[in-house]
Amino acid sequence: MNHTADVKNVIKKNIEKNKNKKREKIIPNLFLLAASISILTTVGIVLTLAFDAYKFFAKVPLKEIFSTELAPLAVNPSFGILPLISGTIITSIIAMCVAIPIGLTAAIYLSEYAKESHRKILKPIMELLAGIPTIVYGFFAYSFVTPLLMNLIPSLGAKNALSPGIVMGIMIIPMVTSLSEDAMNSVPNAMREGALALGSTKLEVAIKVVLPAATSGIISSFVLAISRAIGETMIVTIASGSSKNFTLDITQSMQTMTAYIVEFTSGDAGSGTVGYYSLYAVGLILFIFTLLMNLLAQYISRRYREEY
Amino acid sequence: MKNLINNKENKVIYDVKNLNLWYGSDQALKNLDFTINENEVTAIIGPSGCGKSTFIKTLNRMIEMVPSVKTTGEILYRGTNLFDKSIGVEELRTKVGMVFQKPNPFPKSIFENVVYGAKIHGIRNKNQLMEIAENSLKSAALWDEVKDRLNDNAYGLSGGQQQRLCIARSLAIQPDVLLMDEPTSALDPIATNRIEELVEKLKKDYTIVIVTHSMHQAGRISDKTAFFLSGEVVEFGNTKDIFSNPKDKRTEDYITGRFG
Repeated sequence: MNHTADVKNVIKKNIEKNKNKKREKIIPNLFLLAASISILTTVGIVLTLAFDAYKFFAKVPLKEIFSTELAPLAVNPSFGILPLISGTIITSIIAMCVAIPIGLTAAIYLSEYAKESHRKILKPIMELLAGIPTIVYGFFAYSFVTPLLMNLIPSLGAKNALSPGIVMGIMIIPMVTSLSEDAMNSVPNAMREGALALGSTKLEVAIKVVLPAATSGIISSFVLAISRAIGETMIVTIASGSSKNFTLDITQSMQTMTAYIVEFTSGDAGSGTVGYYSLYAVGLILFIFTLLMNLLAQYISRRYREEY
Repeated sequence: MKNLINNKENKVIYDVKNLNLWYGSDQALKNLDFTINENEVTAIIGPSGCGKSTFIKTLNRMIEMVPSVKTTGEILYRGTNLFDKSIGVEELRTKVGMVFQKPNPFPKSIFENVVYGAKIHGIRNKNQLMEIAENSLKSAALWDEVKDRLNDNAYGLSGGQQQRLCIARSLAIQPDVLLMDEPTSALDPIATNRIEELVEKLKKDYTIVIVTHSMHQAGRISDKTAFFLSGEVVEFGNTKDIFSNPKDKRTEDYITGRFG
C-alpha cells in the first residue's frame, strides 16, 4: 500500500510541474514556425515568378508567345514558347513509354511474385536508382545511349530527344515501381484469398483482382512520374541540346523548358532584358505544368480510390 | 428432422487419413482421422488455436499459402488424395468453394463479384452470366435485396449481405463442397441467423464444412461435429450425440462452458 501512495504523489507532483512549464506553450509555436517556413518560401517563389513573368507578358504580345518562332538572341528577338513546350512534352512521353511498362511489371513482380526475402533486397536496390545524380544520367544518355542508338538509327543527331527521353524513363522507373508496388501491396490479402479460393491462378489474381483494386495508386504514380520527367533538367540539357526549332522529329535536337532556363541563366541574358524576363515566364509555365500534374494525381487517387 | 436421414447411406466426400501438419517445427494437426459425408453439414468446433481453421484450409489447399507448411498423411477427396501432384489446385478449388471469416468481396460491382469465377473460367456470354448471377444470388438468399442495384459497388452492402454475396460468388461456379471458416464471427445476431438458415437450405445441394467457435451454432445447424483440441480430434460423431451425451470428459467440459 505504501507503494501505491508513492506513485500517486509522484504523478501529482509531475502534473503540477507541467502546468507551469513554458515548454508546453513555446514548443508548439516552434513547430508552427518550421511549417510556415516552407509554405512562405513557396509563396515567395510563386510571387517572384509571377511578378517578373508579368513584365515579360506585358512586353511580348500573346500572339508571339504562342508561335513556333523561338529566337531570343536574334537581332529581332522572337519568344515563341511552343518549341519548348513540344520539346518538354515529347521527351516526357518517351520517358513514360519506357517507365510505365517496365515500372509496372516490375511492381507486379515485387508485389505478387517475389518472396518476402527477395522483395526486401530488391526494392531498396531499385530505389537506389532514384539516388543517382541526374547529371550522371545526363552524360550516360549523351555518351552511351546516343552512340548505341546511332547504330540502329543512322540519321540520329548527336543531340536528340530520343536518347534523353529513354534515360529519363529509366530514371523514373523506380518511382513508378515503388509507388505502384505500395498500392498493390496495400490491397488486402483477403481479396487474393477470395480469388484463389475460386480457382484463380496467381496471374489471374494479379491482373484481375490486384491491379484493378490498386488502380488509383498506380495511376497517380504515373502522373507523379510524368511530373518528375517534365521538371527534369540535366539529362535533357546535356543530351537533347538547345535547338529552338519546332519539330516533332525525335531523332533531332529539341530544347525543353528546363534546358532553356539553364542555357539562359548560364550568362546569355542581360538583367532587365526581355530575354531575362522570359526565364520567369518559362519558369512560371513549368511550375503550372507540374502543379497541374500533381493536382491531377491527387484528384485521380481520390476519385478512383477503391473502397475496401 | 435431420437425424431421420440415415447417415450411413451418404457418400463419403472427404476421407481424412492420419493427417499431420506442421508450421515449421510446430505441429498444428495431429493424426486426424475422420470422414465428411455428402449433403451433410460437418461442424468443426474447439477453442482458439486448436487447429480448426488450419484443418479447413487443408480441404482446398489454401493452407499452402503459408510457406513453411508441411503435411503427412492424406485427405481423399472423392477417392483421390488431394495432396497428389496430379490434382491441379485450381481445379480442386473450383469444386471446393470457400467462405472466409471476414466478408471479402472484390472492390467491384455486385454483379462482377458474383460472376468473377465464371468469367475467369471462360464463360463470356452476357445472358449466361446474367443467369448465373441471378441463380447464385437467389441461392444465397440475396437476390431480392440487390436485384435493382447489381451495378453498385459491393462495399455498399452491409456485412451480412457482403457475406451472402461471398457465398453467392462461391456458388456461381457450382461447387461440390462449401467450406465456411467462421462465416458469422464478424456479423450481428440477425445476419448470423440468416446465414444459418441459408446453410440449412444449401445442404440439400452441397456438402458443407463449417468452422465455428460457437457451440450453439454447431448444435443448431450441423449433422456431424468434430471437437478439436490442441490439434487433435477429441471426439467426432453425430452432433446430437456429442451435445447430449459426450463420451470424452474434455468435450463435456467444453460444451458445458467450463473452458474455451
